[in-house]
Amino acid sequence: MMIGGQSFRPISDRRPWTFYALGGLFAAYMLFLYGPMFVIYLLSFQGENGGVTFPMVGTSTVWFQDILKRGQMANIPISFGRSISLAALVSCITVVFAVAAGLGFRRKFPGSGFVFYIAVASLVMPGLLIGFGIGLGFQFLGLNTSLFTSALGAQLTWTLPFGLFAMFAVINRFNRAWEEAAADLGASAWQRLRHVTLPILLPGILGVAMGALTLSYDEYARTTLTIGPLNTLPLELYALISSATSPTLFAIGTLTTTASFLIITTTLILVFRMQRRRSLANMKVG
Amino acid sequence: MSGERSLPATSLGISLWPRSTWPRVRLSPMMVSWFQVGPLALVLTVLVALPAFLFLAVSFFDYDRIGIYPAFLLDNYRELLTTPATYRVYVSSLRLAAIVWAITLFLGFNIAWFLIFHVRTAMVRTVLFLLCAIPFWTSGIIRTIAWIPFLGRNGAFNQILMALGVTHEPLEFLLFSDFAVIITYVHLFTLLMVGPIANSMAKIDPALIEAARDAGAPRWRIMTDVVIPLSKTGIALGSILVFTQVMGDYFVVRQMSGGQSASIVSMLSTEIQAMQYPPAAANAMLLVVFVAVMVAGMMRIVDVRKELVK
Repeated sequence: MMIGGQSFRPISDRRPWTFYALGGLFAAYMLFLYGPMFVIYLLSFQGENGGVTFPMVGTSTVWFQDILKRGQMANIPISFGRSISLAALVSCITVVFAVAAGLGFRRKFPGSGFVFYIAVASLVMPGLLIGFGIGLGFQFLGLNTSLFTSALGAQLTWTLPFGLFAMFAVINRFNRAWEEAAADLGASAWQRLRHVTLPILLPGILGVAMGALTLSYDEYARTTLTIGPLNTLPLELYALISSATSPTLFAIGTLTTTASFLIITTTLILVFRMQRRRSLANMKVG
Repeated sequence: MSGERSLPATSLGISLWPRSTWPRVRLSPMMVSWFQVGPLALVLTVLVALPAFLFLAVSFFDYDRIGIYPAFLLDNYRELLTTPATYRVYVSSLRLAAIVWAITLFLGFNIAWFLIFHVRTAMVRTVLFLLCAIPFWTSGIIRTIAWIPFLGRNGAFNQILMALGVTHEPLEFLLFSDFAVIITYVHLFTLLMVGPIANSMAKIDPALIEAARDAGAPRWRIMTDVVIPLSKTGIALGSILVFTQVMGDYFVVRQMSGGQSASIVSMLSTEIQAMQYPPAAANAMLLVVFVAVMVAGMMRIVDVRKELVK
């Protein structure tokens, strides 16, 4: 997740004008990125009589309570649970398969071109079409589509190529000298993997896991035709948007953002601590 | 961690995996690679390649209101290719994709440049990069509708404009227009450009830029002759991602254009909902071929594979 690269220090310490120009652009982009998000966070506390736009008519938490109430919104907490459990499974499978494949790609092997291009194809193919194809396939085989079969498969066609490409970037930075040193000391292939390669790649692997989790949790194009009768959260939101507009949608947005923010902050803290401990250990050794 | 591990690793490993019971099968490196890549290759073959063949077959089928019938008809394609609506929607999608690509490329390249070459410490860089990524963790659906209260007639943007005295009446074209669609795409997809480009730029040796500067190269020559050639993989990957996301979208167009424009996939999803699978499959084939040709063209210009798999 960290963008690497050496710190770039010009000889003189004075900032060139491009620094201020690009800094300004970056600030403007941040405003553009966060402006609308803050508007919905704010509007999710809209007063009872308020609508989906400004002005705010007082403040309240009615719209949050609405989510938990029985009735139209009854499916939101359940579908959130479904989304999270599907995303967790997708993330685990993606990590195992993508890390293995990333390691496999370090050697040349017959068929690597085929695997590479099918990964590209599944990354660029419009999501709805993949879902359509898988849905048709299930129909031809006489199977019912459902959460942990067809929807799981459809999401893997999105997270696996992503994971593979992320692993290419992670592995590109890996110095093979570590493995060679381990081999010279008599480590078997399994020991090299378990005690050298995987620990060094771990921050990158966690990045892949988080990425896959977010991609899956947010997915709707591939999932919509493969989900069967029980919706995930994005599909439930999709249905809500076409039927009703109330600040409840914004309240859901605020809540789900908070949830993913918490999950990701926890992971990041773990990664940072791991890196700190590692650099401390390196200092002791060196 | 690594300090403790460096010594006892071998002895620990031996006690866990006694050599005597472990069958000593030596796999050739090629076989090992196959085993490692196999699961991923299998999943993608079964779930992407096979369904693609399936809707290739279905696109030739006959259909009526009740079901679909195996046949070999070219009618679905003939109908698709002779309807003016097909061309219209392709032209409008391509136009949108081109505009969004240009904006996200400009933003993505400059933001990546700022993060990699101007930010001096890794810590600040990581924090700024996270700032770019945080909105990505909110559902795309929510981020799309977030623009509605912002751009609407009484929306935040119009209020700001009027408070500043830029306009006296609220601007009507902001919401439910191509403008809104483009804004939303840029909001959703710029990070797809920033990530790959920043990744490529981070690998550039600062000494190269230093050398170019010492040799008297002005800033724009450093950009065109050093940085752009060395980050072309990232530019190509980002372009492919943004282009295919725009071409594959059906939600943003439907939601933000107020029903005024359609996208290729939204047209297709209407056919799917009407259970007209064969024409939908023909439409899908056309789109897949179209996207494949565009992506293959981009990958011809930049050999992404050679750069990625080293």
